[in-house]
Amino acid sequence: MMTRLLNYVLRDIGRGRWVILYFAFFFVATEGLLFFTAGEAKTVVGLMNIVLLLIPLAATMFGTAHIHNSRDFIELMLSQPVKRSSIFTALYLGVALPFLAAFLLGTAIPTALHGILLSSSVLSLLATGSALTMVFFAIAFYIAIAVHDKAASLGLSFILWLFFAVLYDGIILAITVAFSDYPMETPTIVMVVLNPIDLARIIVMLTFDYAALMGYTGAVFQKFFGTPFGITISAVSLVLWTAVPFVAGLRAFNRKDW
Amino acid sequence: MITVTDLSKRFKHHQVLNHLTLSFPSGTVTAIIGPNGSGKTTLMKCILGLVAPDTGDISVDRLGLGYMAQIARYPENLTAREVIEMIAGLHPDRTPVSTQQLVERFGLQQHLEKPMRALSGGTRQKVGAVIAMMFGPTALLLDEPTAGLDPVASERLKDLISEIRDQGATILITSHILSEIQELADRVVYLHEGSVLYSGDVDSLLAQTGAPTLSKAIAQMMGAPDEVAS
Repeated sequence: MMTRLLNYVLRDIGRGRWVILYFAFFFVATEGLLFFTAGEAKTVVGLMNIVLLLIPLAATMFGTAHIHNSRDFIELMLSQPVKRSSIFTALYLGVALPFLAAFLLGTAIPTALHGILLSSSVLSLLATGSALTMVFFAIAFYIAIAVHDKAASLGLSFILWLFFAVLYDGIILAITVAFSDYPMETPTIVMVVLNPIDLARIIVMLTFDYAALMGYTGAVFQKFFGTPFGITISAVSLVLWTAVPFVAGLRAFNRKDW
Repeated sequence: MITVTDLSKRFKHHQVLNHLTLSFPSGTVTAIIGPNGSGKTTLMKCILGLVAPDTGDISVDRLGLGYMAQIARYPENLTAREVIEMIAGLHPDRTPVSTQQLVERFGLQQHLEKPMRALSGGTRQKVGAVIAMMFGPTALLLDEPTAGLDPVASERLKDLISEIRDQGATILITSHILSEIQELADRVVYLHEGSVLYSGDVDSLLAQTGAPTLSKAIAQMMGAPDEVAS
């Protein structure tokens, strides 16, 4: 039943203008960066900055608004003989997957045309961008279901994006400066893992030699995230960053009075 | 037949439904009426499974439930045909009995291939009517069903409601159009602050209030509910 519903949600979102605009943006941005910057590394770093800011913002805002705008449709679905978990899963995948596909195609096509698609830095960018898409749509769905009021929901989503994308780094910096007399390697790694955007940034950065330019911090990250254990921790963290808000959203959806 | 036993629901500090016990017989149209905030919508949503009651039981054949919402909003990039097919696909064990006939009765043929965003509110309401009725429901819940419909479609919908009632379905309807209730309803349930002030057939209500028409009786109840309750 979930796959039947998913099929129609995918059709609806896939035909929408936002997904087409999203694809066009990544296509033009990637092609533009490839055209105007010399070298794969500079292109990927430029793209990384766009991906790390735009994907979480687009996912949280669109995901939150979509749930609120679909309230009447969700009520109709709930009156049908379909499990609530099937409806929630179909909505989540049906909204997140078209945006994921738009990002992947918009970025992969130009990089493939320029012959750098299979480089480790581009592949890591595609992987982390995909992970951020799933993470922030899951967070957005949880917020939209847990917070009844649409304006409050959108406001909370925006504040959360601002926290992860902008404020968090400032907090890390303040903590490391405040505790500069103490060994901060482990706390810094833990703090990075606790922010999916920072984690994605480190994963992409470590595919370049630029990590060396980050000095001691880069060496610490290279030492941890460059090992099989560190890679496993990164992957598990991103999976948990998707799974935890998804399960929380599912529980809220199952209990919600509509 | 739908039965509701000792149904209560509280939202934070507001007791929306207060130990309601009601039965809605098969082959009747029951109008659920009352002032704003009286619990009409919450009662409908409890029966539909959208709201979980704090206490009480609801007996209804969920597989035979049809629902027509007041505001018909559907995925805007799907066509009307896809929306109807989607709902049909969610009932794998049942075959739509009258989709084509319903589409023709509501004059939807020329709109089937258009995306929902291109349809007017009234046309979307007609799609909602097709969805609610296409399986030949044993229970039909209608929330302001004629809101936004043109007069012709409105009359066709009323005819359909009467036909489905005559086939033995239990029909619940909420509406603020009193003449519509008078035309359709066999029974009336009047809610006030989450409690039932009146539940019975239309003739008994007229006798009890002394009003010449159902519209006047309902207006009288809304104006002075305590007098009617006593």
